[in-house]
Amino acid sequence: MLMNLFKFKGGVKPPTNKTQSVGLPIAVAPIPSRLVVPLHQSIGGTPRPVVQVGDKVLKGQLIGEADGWISAAVHAPTSGTVIAVDMQVQPHPSGLDAMSVVIEPDGQDQWIDRQPFDYTNAAPEAVREYLQQSGVVGLGGAVFPTHGKLTPSKTVPMEELVINGAECEPFITCDDLLMRERAEEVVRGVGIFRDLLKPKKVLIGIEDNKPEAAEAMRAAVQAIGEDFEVVPVPTLYPAGGAKQLIRVLTGKEVPAAKRSTDLGVQCFNVATAYTAWRAIAHGEPVVSRLVTVTGNVHTPRNYEVLIGTPMDELLDLAQPNPDTDGIIMGGPMMGFLVPERSVPVVKATNCLIAHNERLFPPKAPEMPCIRCGSCARACPHELQPFEMYWFSRAKNFGKTQEYHIFDCIECGCCSFVCPSRIPLVQYFRFAKSEIWAREREKNAADGAKTRFEFKQFREEREKAEKAEKLAKAAAAQAAKKAAEAAAAAASENTGENAAPAGEPAAPASVAVDAEKAAKMATIQAAMERAKAQRAAAQPKNTETLSAAQQKDIDDIEARRQAALSSVPPAESGEKTE
Amino acid sequence: MEIVLAIAIMALGAVVLGASLGFASIKFKVEGDPLVDKIDAILPQTQCGQCGYPGCKPYAEAIAKGEEINKCPPGGAEGVQRLADLLGREVKPLDAEEKPKQIAIIDEQTCIGCTLCIQACPVDAIVGAAKQMHTIVAQLCTGCELCLPPCPVECIRMEPIAETIDNWKWKYPVVEIKPESAAASMKEAA
Repeated sequence: MLMNLFKFKGGVKPPTNKTQSVGLPIAVAPIPSRLVVPLHQSIGGTPRPVVQVGDKVLKGQLIGEADGWISAAVHAPTSGTVIAVDMQVQPHPSGLDAMSVVIEPDGQDQWIDRQPFDYTNAAPEAVREYLQQSGVVGLGGAVFPTHGKLTPSKTVPMEELVINGAECEPFITCDDLLMRERAEEVVRGVGIFRDLLKPKKVLIGIEDNKPEAAEAMRAAVQAIGEDFEVVPVPTLYPAGGAKQLIRVLTGKEVPAAKRSTDLGVQCFNVATAYTAWRAIAHGEPVVSRLVTVTGNVHTPRNYEVLIGTPMDELLDLAQPNPDTDGIIMGGPMMGFLVPERSVPVVKATNCLIAHNERLFPPKAPEMPCIRCGSCARACPHELQPFEMYWFSRAKNFGKTQEYHIFDCIECGCCSFVCPSRIPLVQYFRFAKSEIWAREREKNAADGAKTRFEFKQFREEREKAEKAEKLAKAAAAQAAKKAAEAAAAAASENTGENAAPAGEPAAPASVAVDAEKAAKMATIQAAMERAKAQRAAAQPKNTETLSAAQQKDIDDIEARRQAALSSVPPAESGEKTE
Repeated sequence: MEIVLAIAIMALGAVVLGASLGFASIKFKVEGDPLVDKIDAILPQTQCGQCGYPGCKPYAEAIAKGEEINKCPPGGAEGVQRLADLLGREVKPLDAEEKPKQIAIIDEQTCIGCTLCIQACPVDAIVGAAKQMHTIVAQLCTGCELCLPPCPVECIRMEPIAETIDNWKWKYPVVEIKPESAAASMKEAA
């Protein structure tokens, strides 16, 4: 089976450091003391929490409902009690917190009622929705909801389905171990994707430094009787980038601002295929994943870890050396130091590297760019990092976009080769987030402007309407007055002149009189009503009195009478003085 | 004779060119002032009136007529910089103090439902009705503070927008040299 492979430009060969963690088989990590499950674990809308504090949850129970189509559900990783639904620190370079569900496990690890999903008889839409409800997302690192990638393009026929088992980043071996130990389930998961997308062929790309994984996959493909091709690809970072792997396997280059589906290619990670199969065949939503724990630890190996496990508890299983001073989530090229050791493992966590200064010596200070062009030669996307660097540094973001900064996949090849040790990727990330912030601000400003203009327009309209109404009322008033004046003149005329001239005016005056009388009558009626109301409003608490109260009142009245009769003389006396 | 012909040709040319210019000025007439629109696009559209004009558009018009470019506090120093770039004027320090982005928040316990703030809000970001509690739609609030003075019970306060994972930005990787330390090192050197 000879296959013509293609090459992508650039790439680097960092020390792979993978052998440390492949010696031991996958171990299942014990249930931790508590689980912090962030709701926002995939690209797209933040799922809404559907549990409350105090709720008992079972393993696999829905705790976050997908918000919109590009969003995936979140499930309880084990059975237990919800002890908080609040903001928790996230495994994110910002160190900020986000909405999370905190679960105290009860140790039973009791599953919900798991039902396999009969996908062969289900409509493709139903399968996609089922995968969304099961929380299946891309586990290669980008965590894009998988169901969103399973709709074939209507115009372009699906040529190739690329399954990404390259795992190019140093230190990480979780996909390697997954393929070695669970190849059959991976292949069956690939079968689901194949059935949904109906490509002409399926290519499973595995870097040639993982011969055991490739062998296991080949065996599994044969055992199941599929016609997938397992293709070893040359080990070159970042061969595992989606666009790079597509390039290597199919020779197709995905242009900027286009999706691979526009060229008839779609790409999935092997771990994604595995979780999709678990969800379909076993009714198990994504509640755990494989994580490589390596670096400055005594026994590096791969663990099957519940989502939400605190990283420090997981790291302790591998016995970190005492000089460990941090945890890197992801690989050394694209990963970042987590802000706190206790942040949870999420669906995007493929690797934890215990950090120390021997393994990752502090970077020497940044020197000026000497325009050597090494970064441009290393860039797998054929960008010009040095140009983007200057413009990012000068905060000239328009220019960085002209140099296609948004095509940068932040793989870190440029920073890796830079002889001046410039942290190029940091500059690009800075520029990208500034551009996004500006975009948001611009949109907000445009929205505010249209709302302001609409408010002004509405006020004008209301003013005009009011003026119109007033004008109408004034016109009616004027017309009435004119009519009255005319009527008065007419009645005068009838008074002065005798019968013949007055006859046409007479009905008008009668009408006016009748109108007047009616008006008077209504006024009279209103006054009557007001009087009646006043009368009704008189105090009424003196009507039902007991005999004793009546007697008291009579006594008081009598005293008052007596006093009144006695006072006048004195008063008159005073007055006379 | 020749001289008459020459004059006639020149006159004919003048007439033709004049007619085509006149036609072009009608045919390709630009509605409104494009410069004002460009300035308006830079202004932050908070409609706060802190510049002394009733809204961003009037201020944009005034800038086009020669008004100073440093009177927009919500636009900040960066806004002044962009206006200066657009207009080819000199960058001036902002005429007021620059504040972090804020939004208004109504204390719903104290609100008496007088609707005065609703009338004051330039972007219709406040919902409520007479004698009903009002509230501010946070996404639409521009932080213009125009609702603060009309409130009779002072139940509106301004709060800076908190940083979340969604609006967090990567920091500028260059460590900036602060003027104080520079001054100190200068002193040491001396």
